[in-house]
Amino acid sequence: MPSYYDRPTYLRGIRDGMPFILVVAPFALLFGVVATEAGLTVFETMTFSAVVIAGAAQFTALQLMHDNAPTVVVIASALAVNLRMAMYSASLTPHLGALPFWRRAFAAYTLVDQSYALSTLEYEKNPAMTLAQKTSYFFGVITPVLPNWYLWSLIGAMVGQSIPPELALDFAVPITFIAMIGPMLRTGAHVAAAFVSVTCAILFAFLPWNLGLIVAGVAGMMTGAQMELWLDRKTSSEDAS
Amino acid sequence: MIDKSDLWIIIIAMGIGSFGLRFLFLGLVGDREMPPWVLRHLRYTAVAVLPGLVAPLVLWPAATGGQPDPARMAAALVTLGVGYFSKNVLAAIFCGAATLYLGLFFLS
Repeated sequence: MPSYYDRPTYLRGIRDGMPFILVVAPFALLFGVVATEAGLTVFETMTFSAVVIAGAAQFTALQLMHDNAPTVVVIASALAVNLRMAMYSASLTPHLGALPFWRRAFAAYTLVDQSYALSTLEYEKNPAMTLAQKTSYFFGVITPVLPNWYLWSLIGAMVGQSIPPELALDFAVPITFIAMIGPMLRTGAHVAAAFVSVTCAILFAFLPWNLGLIVAGVAGMMTGAQMELWLDRKTSSEDAS
Repeated sequence: MIDKSDLWIIIIAMGIGSFGLRFLFLGLVGDREMPPWVLRHLRYTAVAVLPGLVAPLVLWPAATGGQPDPARMAAALVTLGVGYFSKNVLAAIFCGAATLYLGLFFLS
């Protein structure tokens, strides 16, 4: 059986994932608090967090349940918030697709914004990484993140009282994502994709069920791909002349 | 009050649905070759989704009831600038958080 474990890369993944405890912990804590305030027991809150591991979708579902939305609408909206996971899954497939079935299944379960964003950043920086290194890095990132997601959901559910809003924890999520976007803007195609994404997300923010994000994602990907082709053609015609 | 049987239906359906979305390509496509045009689009997934995800959160933060907030906007711009020029995620996070707290302290 081949080994998919590369110790130095795994440790590097852990080190890179570590700071995201600072993001995941407040978010999980907040979910625990809000869920118990909405009437969920500690066990229900924990099952929710462990089965779904998607803060934004869980908050959406709680809010809609609180508003007495029909069950089907709750599920559809929450999954729409999670549609980006399918795009992440597709984007990681060229890197991790060669893994055995159960490892792919486990990687899928642990596929969250943080593990996706850090891993793609790493794979793009080092295109020569082996499958073992890519796998080790992915699971390294998730090692400090996931246990803290469970732990802080539990603490939030047990503490069950509001966190002072002065701490502005709401903004931990945007700041960390923006911090990851900065280094990803390596070429004009990346910048164009990000610009179109932001523009579409704002223009289509009125759409229900978070569909504006899906429009922004698709438009951004098409922009990036077209821009890449155009830049390639420009370079090759300059080489020819 | 949330109905408990509905709650469990929602938890289970969201669990299956979320895993399905995450597994869709990774599990079913595996290491089969994908056409170049698909790969070309996939290279831009991260920069196409993440900015769209945060833009509304920056413009209309839930914490201020959806009102644009100068401290949060300044923090977002500083984070992006530091991340872009330094290529250092942690430095960007710390500078962004520092800007946010300074902004909240002096602007509100």
